[in-house]
Amino acid sequence: MTRGRVAYAGAIHEAYPHGDGVRLADGRLCREEDVVWLAPIEIGTIFALGLNYADHARELQFAKQEAPLVFLKGPGTVIGHRGVTRRPREVAFMHYECELAVVIGRTTARNVPREHAMDHVAGYMIANDYAIRDYLENYYRPNLRVKNRDGGTVLGPWFVDAADVPDVGNLELRTYVNGTLRQRGNTRDLITDVPALIEYLSGFMTLAAGDVILTGTPRGTVNVDAGDEIVCEIDGLGRLVNTLAPDAVFGRE
Amino acid sequence: MFALSDHLLHLEGEALPREMDAQAVRCLLAGGLACRAPVTGAVYGTLLNDRASLDALGEAMHAPPYGAPPEAPILYVKPRNTLAGHRAQIEVPAEAPGIEVGVSLGIVLGRTATRVSEAHALEYVAGYTTVADLSLPHASVYRPAVRFRARDRFCVIGPALVAKRHVATPDRLELTARVTGQRDFTANTASFVRGASRLIADVTDFMTLSPGDILTLGAPHGVPIAHAGEQAIVAVGGFAALHLSFVDTAQSREALR
Repeated sequence: MTRGRVAYAGAIHEAYPHGDGVRLADGRLCREEDVVWLAPIEIGTIFALGLNYADHARELQFAKQEAPLVFLKGPGTVIGHRGVTRRPREVAFMHYECELAVVIGRTTARNVPREHAMDHVAGYMIANDYAIRDYLENYYRPNLRVKNRDGGTVLGPWFVDAADVPDVGNLELRTYVNGTLRQRGNTRDLITDVPALIEYLSGFMTLAAGDVILTGTPRGTVNVDAGDEIVCEIDGLGRLVNTLAPDAVFGRE
Repeated sequence: MFALSDHLLHLEGEALPREMDAQAVRCLLAGGLACRAPVTGAVYGTLLNDRASLDALGEAMHAPPYGAPPEAPILYVKPRNTLAGHRAQIEVPAEAPGIEVGVSLGIVLGRTATRVSEAHALEYVAGYTTVADLSLPHASVYRPAVRFRARDRFCVIGPALVAKRHVATPDRLELTARVTGQRDFTANTASFVRGASRLIADVTDFMTLSPGDILTLGAPHGVPIAHAGEQAIVAVGGFAALHLSFVDTAQSREALR
């Protein structure tokens, strides 16, 4: 099953794909642009992976890590499909990151071995995990000023049940900037794959339903500017749209 | 938003937290009751905000992998599995040399704070609490320390949330930690690089803090290390102290049985 969460006519609704638009749980049909898209689920802890595609790690000139490079995000950074993200004027390099987002579906996953890891996956979403490289400092890198900015983690448009994704180890990811394909990769190139990530994280902490793992991004991250439309696609999960807006839109001079 | 006029305490076994005065808090705790964390918002920790921590890194800050001293606040998330309250039992992993008991002031937000100025920052604060921000010791702070800082019950909060009106200033509070058999550790929030107002202003410039969220001022340098079988008592200012006990993996399994 594929579902999203939208605000429409004064309430928040579960929504399902219907032609070019959506069908709300109460039966109303709406155009995609007439609803406000929220993150498809109520989100718990957000994990994100850095340098988890060999080609992207090479692009950034990093050697292989001894342990997965994991960091955490807070709830305030999340926005939905068709949202607007601020692109500060003062920075030289802000880039998108198209990522497979894995949603945990069972409470108290602790010490889950690789062979049982996929039993704990409820489904998948697309994430666009923006970063501003100008703000990188070498302490707990990448720190929250780079990776946990308001509006900097775009999720959606849909949550797709795991049962509807036959092989999560072979999904193509694509990012288009103003219609031009700029990033392309495949989840088969993940350095630490989905079962291994669940095994690793549950080995030192308890995962719970609603926790989300953003699995990292492949090569092809380029600077984007205010006014750009960034579209992230993953096979079978849809098409996640975001627009960058200048400081002035956010009341900053 | 939420406002608080006195002390908020969430006793273990009760459905919701209760507001009460300081004397009631002490009476209840004297009976040995355990608590949950008084609030359950997002918790953001702050690294290297104590001058002594920066001094300890010293010249290393100018060498690889750091290259330069930090400019912006260095933050990390304490996720929901880490939250625990007064009298929490914390498991010490078999392979660990112990657990650092990072005593910190927890700044609890009462209003949504986005782009708040330093001058107005404290208007967004509901109150303060003690945070025992636990971590496995790790010498390098180059990469995020999730496996050292985000273990279950590694963020012990409380016992109470203390209303802002009871705290004259967050920037002159004593931080204490006492681990069984060790000398008392003390520090003071007066020695921090960013005080509470400056920290709130710098953080909310790029990320919103919501009511019930906690931003820690950060643990001071040189906090004690606790081992399985030991207890710790940590406190901020005159707040009722937070009690923790540390167990090994076998004791932890026994407790869960």
